[in-house]
Amino acid sequence: MNTASAWRLLTTVMRRDLAVALRRRSDVVNPLLFVVIVVTLFPLAVGPGPDILGRIATGVIWVAALLSSLLGSERLFRDDFLDGTLEQLVLSPAPLPLLAFGKVAVHWLLSGLPLVILAPLCAMLLKLPIAGWGVLMLTLLVGTPMLSAMTAVGAALTVSLGRGGALLSLLLLPLFIPLLIFAAAAVESALVGTSASGQVLLLTGLMLLTLLLAPFAVAAALRVSVN
Amino acid sequence: MWKWLHPYAKGEAAFRLLGLWQPWLAGLAVILVTVGVVWGLAYAPADYQQGDSYRIIFIHVPSAMFAMGAYTGLAITAFIVLVWQIRTAEWAIAAIAPVGAVLTFISLFTGAVWGKPMWGTWWEWDARLTSQLILFFLYVGVLALYYAFNDARTGAKAASILALVGVVNVPIIHFSVYWWNSLHQGATVTRFGETLMPASMKYPLYISILGFMLLTAALIVYRLRNEILKQELHRPWALAQLGVEKHHGV
Repeated sequence: MNTASAWRLLTTVMRRDLAVALRRRSDVVNPLLFVVIVVTLFPLAVGPGPDILGRIATGVIWVAALLSSLLGSERLFRDDFLDGTLEQLVLSPAPLPLLAFGKVAVHWLLSGLPLVILAPLCAMLLKLPIAGWGVLMLTLLVGTPMLSAMTAVGAALTVSLGRGGALLSLLLLPLFIPLLIFAAAAVESALVGTSASGQVLLLTGLMLLTLLLAPFAVAAALRVSVN
Repeated sequence: MWKWLHPYAKGEAAFRLLGLWQPWLAGLAVILVTVGVVWGLAYAPADYQQGDSYRIIFIHVPSAMFAMGAYTGLAITAFIVLVWQIRTAEWAIAAIAPVGAVLTFISLFTGAVWGKPMWGTWWEWDARLTSQLILFFLYVGVLALYYAFNDARTGAKAASILALVGVVNVPIIHFSVYWWNSLHQGATVTRFGETLMPASMKYPLYISILGFMLLTAALIVYRLRNEILKQELHRPWALAQLGVEKHHGV
């Protein structure tokens, strides 16, 4: 298989995924609504004072993002597994990691990118000082691709299990911890007025490493799941 | 070497080889753990600062070491499962993971018991404690995935992929958590021959570490032999094995 036709298969898979997702918009919108609702719950639970809310805002938004990525993970492979598309992808001559990368990219486009755009709204609701908004969006921008890639590994591992929701959170949440730590630290240092570039660069490095390795793990997991 | 090693990939050969090792491993483990722990708990001198409560180190440190050691073993086994697709290695995943999880739990528990008199708290969100807790979650995840599938081979392969993903992440998690917070005292045993401990405390600790290593190995061997026997029960050799053992009344 030459490069050109592999590339064509990749764009076909991506276009198809995009079309399928856009025809079932609720699957795309619901995880985002979930984030907004979780964010809304916190002021009601801990009180509306700006001092507490501002301190926990980054953590709440990021934890909500992690949970919503688990919530939306079924969309990645589940339907394709049930209707046999996944088998065709595994059998196709294009390298499976490449196709997995395409699916991750589309998933990020529909779940990660909207979160970045939604972040200022959540930051406002949680009274995060404006100094932190830009860095919060930046951490989401470089962090969510990693989130999508790791979620894809978990989703690929559990796709053949009927209900893998609780299992998936057990598998994935421990692996998200570095992401959470660096993102929170970045916003924190922006809030105290120091440069956040160190943490953001570290996050970017982790994101690139994950995007490099995760497609191979996804491909291996899909081969195991499809048998 | 491969020619010599390869026959042991078969269940029966592995079962017999492990059967030869098992009494030695188990016997030495019992002796060394007993000597190390009794020496440490009863005869080693009390610490000038921490008094008698430091003595839990003779259990805490070895279990923490082999909690991580077992994960390394798990990752190597997972690699063998995925590359060479050896069934005995698949069963070894199920043998290693619970032992590692229990060791991790012991290190966390003894750490909490030690932390209460020393730091005044059962739990502190300190770097080492946190990364050990995450290691425990990784073990639980591997085990949960292993047993989630109806088909044991699929489960073993899925768990292997997860174990390898985990082993790539362990250093990242470790270093990120370190960067985040640290309260734990520095490593006592830095490298061989060079420690911050006097000999009277060092030797029981070394013996205990060696004992825990053999104990870990013995438990894994024991579990793996059981697993092999359970999976090969349809074969005549396994039935014969059980018959013979029944005859001896074991």
